[in-house]
Amino acid sequence: MSDFPILSMVTFLPLLGAGIILAFNRGTPEETAAPARYMALWTSLITFLLSLFLWFDFDRGTAEFQFVEQADWLPGFNISYHMGVDGISVLFVLLTTLLTPLCVICSWTAIQNRVKEYMIAFLVLETLMIGMFCALDFVLFYMFYEAVLIPMFLIIGIWGGPRRVYSAFKFFLFTLTGSVLLLLALLAMYFEAGTTDIPTLLAYSFPREMQIWLWLALFASFAVKVPMWPVHTWLPDAHVEAPTAGSVMLAAVLLKMGGYGFFRFSLPMLPEASEFFTPFIYTLSIVAIIYTSLVALAQEDMKKLIAYSSIAHMGFVTLGAFTGNQQGLEGALFQMLSHGVISAALFLIVGVIYDRVHTREIADYEGLVERMPAYSVVFMIFMLASVGLPGTGGFVGEFLILVGVFQVNTWLALLAASGMVLGAAYMLYLYRRIIFGTLTKDSLKSILDMNRREALVFAPLVVLVFWMGIYPMSFLDFMSVSVSNLIENYQGALAAADGVPNLVSLGAAQ
Amino acid sequence: MLETAVVILPLIGAAIAGLFGRAIGGRGAQVVTCALLGVSALFAMVVFKQVAIDGQTRVTELFTWIDSGAFEFSWAIKLDTLSAVMLLVVTVVSWLIHIYSIGYMSHDKSVPRFFSYLSLFTFFMLVLVTADNFVQLFFGWEGVGLASYLLIGFWYHKPSANAAAIKAFLVNRVGDIGFALGVFGTFALFGAVGFEQVFAAVPGQAEATFTFLGIEGHALTIICILLFIGAMGKSAQIVLHTWLPDAMEGPTPVSALIHAATMVTAGVFLLVRLSPMFEYAPVALELVTYVGAATAFFAATVGLVQNDIKRVIAYSTISQLGYMFFAIGVSAYGAAIFHLMTHAFFKALLFLGAGSVIHAMSDEQDMRKMGGIWRRVPLTYGVMWIGSLALAGVPPFAGFFSKDMILEAAYAAQSSHGALAFWLGIAAAFMTAFYSWRLLFMVFHGRPRATPEVMSRVHESPKVMTLPLIGLAIGAVFAGYLGFEAFVGEGRVEFWGAAILVLEGNDAIEAAHQVPLWVKLLPLGMGAGGIALAWIMYVRMPAIPALLATRLRPLYLFLLNKWYFDELYDWAFVRPAHYLGRGLWKSGDGAVIDGVGPDGVAAVALVLARRASRLQTGYLYHYAFAMMIGVAGLITWYIVSHL
Repeated sequence: MSDFPILSMVTFLPLLGAGIILAFNRGTPEETAAPARYMALWTSLITFLLSLFLWFDFDRGTAEFQFVEQADWLPGFNISYHMGVDGISVLFVLLTTLLTPLCVICSWTAIQNRVKEYMIAFLVLETLMIGMFCALDFVLFYMFYEAVLIPMFLIIGIWGGPRRVYSAFKFFLFTLTGSVLLLLALLAMYFEAGTTDIPTLLAYSFPREMQIWLWLALFASFAVKVPMWPVHTWLPDAHVEAPTAGSVMLAAVLLKMGGYGFFRFSLPMLPEASEFFTPFIYTLSIVAIIYTSLVALAQEDMKKLIAYSSIAHMGFVTLGAFTGNQQGLEGALFQMLSHGVISAALFLIVGVIYDRVHTREIADYEGLVERMPAYSVVFMIFMLASVGLPGTGGFVGEFLILVGVFQVNTWLALLAASGMVLGAAYMLYLYRRIIFGTLTKDSLKSILDMNRREALVFAPLVVLVFWMGIYPMSFLDFMSVSVSNLIENYQGALAAADGVPNLVSLGAAQ
Repeated sequence: MLETAVVILPLIGAAIAGLFGRAIGGRGAQVVTCALLGVSALFAMVVFKQVAIDGQTRVTELFTWIDSGAFEFSWAIKLDTLSAVMLLVVTVVSWLIHIYSIGYMSHDKSVPRFFSYLSLFTFFMLVLVTADNFVQLFFGWEGVGLASYLLIGFWYHKPSANAAAIKAFLVNRVGDIGFALGVFGTFALFGAVGFEQVFAAVPGQAEATFTFLGIEGHALTIICILLFIGAMGKSAQIVLHTWLPDAMEGPTPVSALIHAATMVTAGVFLLVRLSPMFEYAPVALELVTYVGAATAFFAATVGLVQNDIKRVIAYSTISQLGYMFFAIGVSAYGAAIFHLMTHAFFKALLFLGAGSVIHAMSDEQDMRKMGGIWRRVPLTYGVMWIGSLALAGVPPFAGFFSKDMILEAAYAAQSSHGALAFWLGIAAAFMTAFYSWRLLFMVFHGRPRATPEVMSRVHESPKVMTLPLIGLAIGAVFAGYLGFEAFVGEGRVEFWGAAILVLEGNDAIEAAHQVPLWVKLLPLGMGAGGIALAWIMYVRMPAIPALLATRLRPLYLFLLNKWYFDELYDWAFVRPAHYLGRGLWKSGDGAVIDGVGPDGVAAVALVLARRASRLQTGYLYHYAFAMMIGVAGLITWYIVSHL
């Protein structure tokens, strides 16, 4: 590959920007606000432009890791600074670099106190998220993966709503449990395989009994991030209290860390355990889809409703990820991307009216279409995308997942498909209550439609959601080879395990 | 190129009217959408000639849509006789309704939005009928559903319109589960979702079985039934019909275009398109027959007592769709499409005529507040007669040819389900004639029941509305006579070509040409009887209806309340969903998960911390003792686990 360290550049450029803001942007909070905004905007924009290099130069024809960089870090422990992307991770890098500048723009006037610190937190967050998707060493991955929590925790805890402390606490308590177990799994893998290098670990086959324990440890961490039912309750609270841009990043990228973890670690490294636990994952996913959809129907707070809908959509992801066929896995990856775009847009949409009226209660709104026609159209587009209307990005992933699931089990397909009705129910019901009807409330009488800055934020997302729906091949092309390679290895490992009788079975060891 | 233009032009019109509506104004939006659709209709005529008459069937692939493993298909335009007929019907009817809407919506404040939605609908419908694979068909299918949702809720300030819009979308989505599962099943069985690949593989899989929901069954039957559930939703067949009458909340041109002439017939189109699959699934066909016949009968009974002019016609639509389905059920696909086409003309005519009446009566829809206006709106009156004659199947109007053919085919099928469909269809034909003339008499005859103020403003509609009425009336008069030979007559095999497959021995249309004379005459007699009864009850002795309503009150209420389907669904699905959602949220998430999880852990941690602080006595031997116990525990665990 190219010698140019593109991944390190993309990863650490935001950190550099944050450092510059920290070092040179001094003065009173009022003085530092504007330079901090512009600095953050330019940094994130340049990062995005730089990351486009990955879009154009990525070789769609191979499952190998690309743009690989490797340098000694802790040679004595066989741990190195190893970066690289494949068809599974590369688009998440692009999703992150695209959304960060949009988050900066949408926070332009919404955030008024501690602007400098806020922008630094966002740039650091960007670095950590990109690093997490590029890391090819488990230790490096673990550092990024856990460190992401810190800026997010601060964003919710400092710039959040009134119950931010409870939410931040809950957020931490859930993820901490998982983190400890992830660390244990990391150590166990290191002692067993003698390395933390991800490509090497991918080729290593762990004994079955060990796979089971490792899988559970990883699961504890990833399931919280996804979040899967029943460890999902931190998400609605975190979203409700987070500032708009925080919600955007949380829904669009942070939730994908769990799904990515399943794709990068659980499935390829622990195939036998993955197969063993597949029914368990299916059950939780189906419960998530139906349970959270019903709960979403009862919500009175817009952000909570969308948060619950996120959980339902991520239920489709975990369902598809474990189907073991091309459609299911590609669908799951695609759904993660499209959900990244759609949920980001939906939280931005809530943010637009929250900035004007300062309430998230659905009952405080009505008939907005009369004064906000452009806003209503944008909301309509993403509402329908969330519902999975064909022609939008939300359709492709969901449909592919269902195609994949049907081949495995028709009951699952039926139950998951019922999410199509429930999903439409709560979204249409939400839209009706906010947008339609007659505008009579005094608080809304003088509300203004989207301004140019807000329109600028939505424009790329609107383009993207239709692009993903009408010509999804641009995105599926990235994944195709990596996914089929993953499936091939997965099935190969299972076949090999079946062929050789397993002496140390789980029961005998206990 | 030509066919691409036919499909794309309405989309362009919708985009211009929707995005630049404020700049070009209401007039601009009308001109743009009507002109583009007019061109589209002209091209559709050319395409029809090329494809249906000259036999140049073809598929134009535009670009790949999804390619994931074997799940692969493109955006494409498939042209055979079936899609050519649909292209023609959709563009022509839609164009006439666009023009009518110029007059009908002239007082509305959102004219560009209306025309944008209308053209958008037309685009989705054209994509639907030209699909060459299941998924593109599903795209059009959902797209027309979206347009329907937008147009039913067009007057967004009306809560009833919003509720009806959501109901339409959700009930259709229930059907769509069936559709989607049917597509997945097709892919699981054939490894493809392109029509051509699948149809070619059907005979080879005719005996295949697979397991669905734990039941091992005949694969094609299961798939066809699932797809039929989708069709039931879109075409408002009994059980999934409840959304259509409520959809009348939308402006009347919408009811004419979407909820009578085109969209609701998509289910019929789907089943005819899939005739190569259904022919190998006789059990599914039998089910289609039962559902269609039951719907034809059920909707006609409800239509007898409704008082809202649009609801009467809406139930009549459901009933007529039932006819089309049982025609499919006896393999008379050509007859189903024939009736679809004639119905598109005369039902759109009836709806637009009703719109003209509503317009004349100052937006009144209740027939009990009409009457005695026929001299004031002569043209509307005339076209309503033509529409009703066509609907009742009186020769030589269009409905006579298509509806009789369906009934004769049902009789000629020589099966128990065919016979049931025939007799239910005959009963429905009687009721159809009755409620159509009940409508005519109540609206136009008798003494005026409107206020004098309303009566003083009764007027004939402007030219821009009456000219489309005349256009549709021409269709309602001649479409049956002109189409008979090609659709269901001697020329049908050549006309349809490969678009429709009928297995040997299933050809009910062939047999229908040889039915006894009484079968041919009975529907006509029923129609005449229905008309006569309506005349007696609403002109001759107007006291009878009220008397019957009191004497047979339970039956009357049962029919008036539409067999209580809405109440049942509300009780069985809508309320429990909300109730369950609230319960799961408060007790599931709140009490159980958070209670045991983070909140519980926090509470326990607090208690433990207090206890632990008591343990910290400061005496070294206490700590040493605790360590000893700990080590002992660990060693024990180690030994036990390695025994």
